[in-house]
Amino acid sequence: MELLSGADMLIRSLQDEGIEYIYGYPGGAALHIYDALFRQDKVKHILVRHEQAAVHMADGYARATGLPGTVLVTSGPGATNTITGIATAFMDSIPLVVLCGQVASTLIGEDAFQETDMIGVSRPVVKHNLSVRHPEEIPGIIRKAYYIAATGRPGPVVVDIPKDMTTPNERYEYVFPKKVKLRSYNPAIRGHAGQIKKAVDMLMAAKRPIIYAGGGVILGKATDQLTELVRMLGYPITNTLMGIGCYPASDKQHLGWLGMHGTYESNMAMHHSDLILCVGARFDDRVTNATEKFCPGARIVHIDIDPASISKTIDADVPIVGPVDAVLKEMITLVRESKETPDADAIAAWWKQIEEWRAFHGMRYETSPDVIKPQEVVEALCRLTNGEAFVTSDVGQHQMFAAQYYKFDKPNRWINSGGLGTMGFGLPAAMGVKLTHPDDDVLCITGEGSIQMNIQELSTCKQYNLPVKIINLNNQALGMVKQWQDMNYESRHAESYMGSLPDFIKLAEAYGHVGVRIDRKEDLEPKLKEVLAMKDDLVFVDIYVDRFEHVYPMQVARGSMKDMWLSKTERV
Amino acid sequence: MRRIISVLLENEPGALSRVVGLFSQRNYNIETLTVAPTEDETLSRLTVTTSGSDRVIEQITKQLNKLIEVVKLVDLTEGAHIERELMLVKLKATGSQRAEIKRTVDIFRGQIVDVTSSVYTVQLAGNSEKLDGFIQAIGTSGVLEVVRSGVSGIARGEKVLSL
Ligand SMILES: Cc1ncc(C[n+]2csc(CCOP(=O)(O)OP(=O)(O)O)c2C)c(N)n1
Ligand SMILES: [Mg+2]
Repeated sequence: MELLSGADMLIRSLQDEGIEYIYGYPGGAALHIYDALFRQDKVKHILVRHEQAAVHMADGYARATGLPGTVLVTSGPGATNTITGIATAFMDSIPLVVLCGQVASTLIGEDAFQETDMIGVSRPVVKHNLSVRHPEEIPGIIRKAYYIAATGRPGPVVVDIPKDMTTPNERYEYVFPKKVKLRSYNPAIRGHAGQIKKAVDMLMAAKRPIIYAGGGVILGKATDQLTELVRMLGYPITNTLMGIGCYPASDKQHLGWLGMHGTYESNMAMHHSDLILCVGARFDDRVTNATEKFCPGARIVHIDIDPASISKTIDADVPIVGPVDAVLKEMITLVRESKETPDADAIAAWWKQIEEWRAFHGMRYETSPDVIKPQEVVEALCRLTNGEAFVTSDVGQHQMFAAQYYKFDKPNRWINSGGLGTMGFGLPAAMGVKLTHPDDDVLCITGEGSIQMNIQELSTCKQYNLPVKIINLNNQALGMVKQWQDMNYESRHAESYMGSLPDFIKLAEAYGHVGVRIDRKEDLEPKLKEVLAMKDDLVFVDIYVDRFEHVYPMQVARGSMKDMWLSKTERV
Repeated sequence: MRRIISVLLENEPGALSRVVGLFSQRNYNIETLTVAPTEDETLSRLTVTTSGSDRVIEQITKQLNKLIEVVKLVDLTEGAHIERELMLVKLKATGSQRAEIKRTVDIFRGQIVDVTSSVYTVQLAGNSEKLDGFIQAIGTSGVLEVVRSGVSGIARGEKVLSL
């Protein structure tokens, strides 16, 4: 029998769970735990400079690896600082376990120093949260937390740990449960066979089908199955911003991503389709535009692990609740065995139509002889890294340009805050990726607004030697806000101008890194090449881009999917 | 449409706040809510009455089911069911009012459970409409205080909501 303190149990549980890295920041209520961390060397702790960044870092790690990320913080301000990070992960269904110190259970409710009801504060933005009521529960709670975070529709789980649950000299028997079983939580392990059959019949009969795939394909590790099914069928596929990489962007059947800033051909094909096979996506408002005008002629098959995502905003004709990989596998078998074949003439006519849309080149932009266009920067980066880099992003125009012009053929490489749209996500997320992918190119494509929301993490990068490349598409403005003001508020730029920007080169240098400025078009590619060759340095690349550029296509507000602006003057 | 959703919930601290939080967070309305432990002390039974379009109700049941602590639930209004609510009312009762109130209480099969020289306390059980009907019959001017338990419900026949 092994006797351990609560703090030691916690760390042992993390070891037994196979956790290699945790990201965090210490403080009073977590000090017993930090001491237990100190006395071992299996679980490595990364000390960030702000708790929000710890969560984004864990999140970046989770998105790149498909494994749950872990965070450790103290009570009160430490815990509340994690909320934006937790909400970011929640909206994008990212598995995280966030361990929060808490004041001693005897003090809870007394407004003790650094007491916050973290269970209450986090409740709306977690998949679940748990509090420790006895030290002996710790191994079971930790096991449960990871199980809930990583299974079904993944999400963040908060564990609240009062300080007296980790007291060093109070020891209890340590038993790490082999299995978790929860009578009230049983995610589906396969889809309904009858529904799957119905879906396949509809796919075979469709004349203008389209596959609409989302982040669920990546989270559900079903990219191979999706690719196989789509290739077998020969149908067009589009995906959401979160689904980028779920199907190779360079493939002919891929129409690009859809929605507010999606490609012309994707949005047109969706609108005119007669059958939408939705796989692990959720008909988000940034995709559908006005729901009452959404794809009037389409019947909808919707596969999702989360029943609540089905028929939430758009009614599904055939709902299929189940893990996407298992459901797609069954569909592949059925398609293979099916006596029916797709209507070749109809599908050929459909492709002909789509090719016309594609030839219209919705995603064109005007180049200029002297001003650097943000799109050009992303295209150059994609070329120079062979489309193989991990790219994290912040939120704004740069995010859209990155998603539009970097072509991802693989999943888990495009990492952005799609659901919550959290500025400040990019750098810490890139750090989480770089830590576990030291030999890969990790780019953080950001804006001068967003990067300043977690700029302090340059210090963490120094401490742990994380040579990410920060690509600052510096348009000297909160560009996306400014674009909306141009389009909807007669260019009244209320508070969207970022005057008094720091000298990012000196700033990078002050943190012990390298800074490179690019402000001449002819320098762009050669300098980027140099930067990418500096494998051991974090390089902050401050690129002066066109201050007046807008992101297009852009769906017309309250229109249908096919109503888009293609440039400042061209509306379809 | 008005619905009665019955939920078996893990009897754990915080579980109830998750249910209540879900309703406010997703902009669903709660008309009544009752909760108490069951014969199995690890479980609570919660009854919530709400209203909304079919889509909203479907979302409510799905979102409730997603809560980790929700073990099972049923929309009682989908089938034959019995609903009951308990009401305690303090009524002004003096002079001739006393006999009149007594008669009305009898008609509604209520009981006078406490008496003073000027006040009757009446206990009444039934569905919500019956309780509303009683208040209407008495007239609000005589009502000093009302406390209602909120709706509890159970399916008719052999159907049971259990593990
Ligand atoms: C934390 C947070 N605050 C505010 C916003 C609203 N917002 C969306 S994009 C944007 C501008 C971002 O500016 P910048 O990072 O410079 O990117 P750009 O659009 O200029 O490329 C703002 C303020 C947000 N998404 N996140
Ligand atoms: Mg900017």
